[in-house]
Amino acid sequence: MKTIAIVDYGAGNPVSVKKALDWLGQECAITSDPASVAAAARIVLPGVGHFSATNTLRHSGLQGAIAAAIARATPFLGICVGMQWMFEHSQEAPRTSGLGLFNGESEHFPAAVKSPHVGWNQIELSADSRLFHGLSSESFVYFSHSFRVPLTSDTVASCEYGGKFSAAVERDYLFGVQFHPEKSGEVGLHLLRNFCEL
Amino acid sequence: MLTKRIIACLDVDGGRVVKGVQFVNLRDAGDPAALAKAHSEAGADEVVLLDISAVHQNRSTLLDTVCRTARQLFIPFTVGGGIRTLDDATAVFAAGADKVSINSAALADPGLITRIAERFGSQAVVVAIDAKRSQATRQWEAFTRGGRSASGWDAVNWAREAESRGAGEILLTSMDRDGTASGFDCELTRAIADSVRIPVIASGGAGVAQHFVDVFREGHADAALAASIFHYGIGRLADLKQQLRSEGIPVRLPC
Repeated sequence: MKTIAIVDYGAGNPVSVKKALDWLGQECAITSDPASVAAAARIVLPGVGHFSATNTLRHSGLQGAIAAAIARATPFLGICVGMQWMFEHSQEAPRTSGLGLFNGESEHFPAAVKSPHVGWNQIELSADSRLFHGLSSESFVYFSHSFRVPLTSDTVASCEYGGKFSAAVERDYLFGVQFHPEKSGEVGLHLLRNFCEL
Repeated sequence: MLTKRIIACLDVDGGRVVKGVQFVNLRDAGDPAALAKAHSEAGADEVVLLDISAVHQNRSTLLDTVCRTARQLFIPFTVGGGIRTLDDATAVFAAGADKVSINSAALADPGLITRIAERFGSQAVVVAIDAKRSQATRQWEAFTRGGRSASGWDAVNWAREAESRGAGEILLTSMDRDGTASGFDCELTRAIADSVRIPVIASGGAGVAQHFVDVFREGHADAALAASIFHYGIGRLADLKQQLRSEGIPVRLPC
């Protein structure tokens, strides 16, 4: 099955991600069915809203399907809260666990800056990345989030807002972006195309 | 550095873009989907589509317009006008909007802000405030029903209330300046922007580049919105951003 599964867990707006992948000519489907997710060639986990919404993934069987697909090296892209869920925890919902694919947890912005961090900010590429192949450091991308992941050993792009944080993480076939590639114009479409062509 | 956003606004009536001066004398400026794409290519950071005649319109016309516009737009896309219930908002999101802007319905039922925020996240809820200065008190009042009646809310207090109920952004229109091209109301914008932690989008009065510099620097706006000045010469948006950058305002210059 060649389809890219866009996981629908009842939060946020998977429609925007589908529009972008449609525009790129990629075969994709929005799904909340664990079997479809398990069979997909690639998986995108969109995310907007509250970290606790990811509880649905655990209860619906989607988490198991995702974990199994990842174990088979299925490329996986988490967006915004979807990226945060790839870590262990979030201060936004301390009783909700993430998948723990990456070490660490998402945290509040410091009080010195307005939160949420909303708008176009520049990223700085800090490591070789397949996801950002062909994109330059200092590209502008669109962010909309109240919590952030600190810099980690898997950070491939950082962003400055009240101190540096992880704009993107990458390891093997696992990719997470804090910003919204589906809302980041040409830069975002380029990144999504990279993911589709891995 | 987080940049200041320039937002292009499309006022839509019956599926066509129009722009009123002080809410009257509507003028047709084209197809929303085509204009939105042109704005995006010219460097707009976001597009807002406001259905200005929502009360009288068939909603399916709007949803069709939203769907056609969203299909080819890959920057944030906000839709407002006539959204009264969670179901209305849900339909607009399903058609491809990233955010909804609510105004009169939020004043009538502030709980609507919370209901949409709980379902779609605060980042998806923009509360639009039409503010007008009272000659008697010199304070700003929030108006409802497209600026037709006073709500009884002080605009600053209403912005704080909207934030506490889950709004992700405030879209602040100065009714005194709207359509005048005489500059944003920096005093009003600053009063609101300094009272909330969420981003404030200034609207009403844009005419020349210096007005944007002023509202970012003196009005403390996070974003600024303009409609008619972009419609009749798209290239001017890129020029505007170059001018802002030369003035030291951080803006996104797409490659």
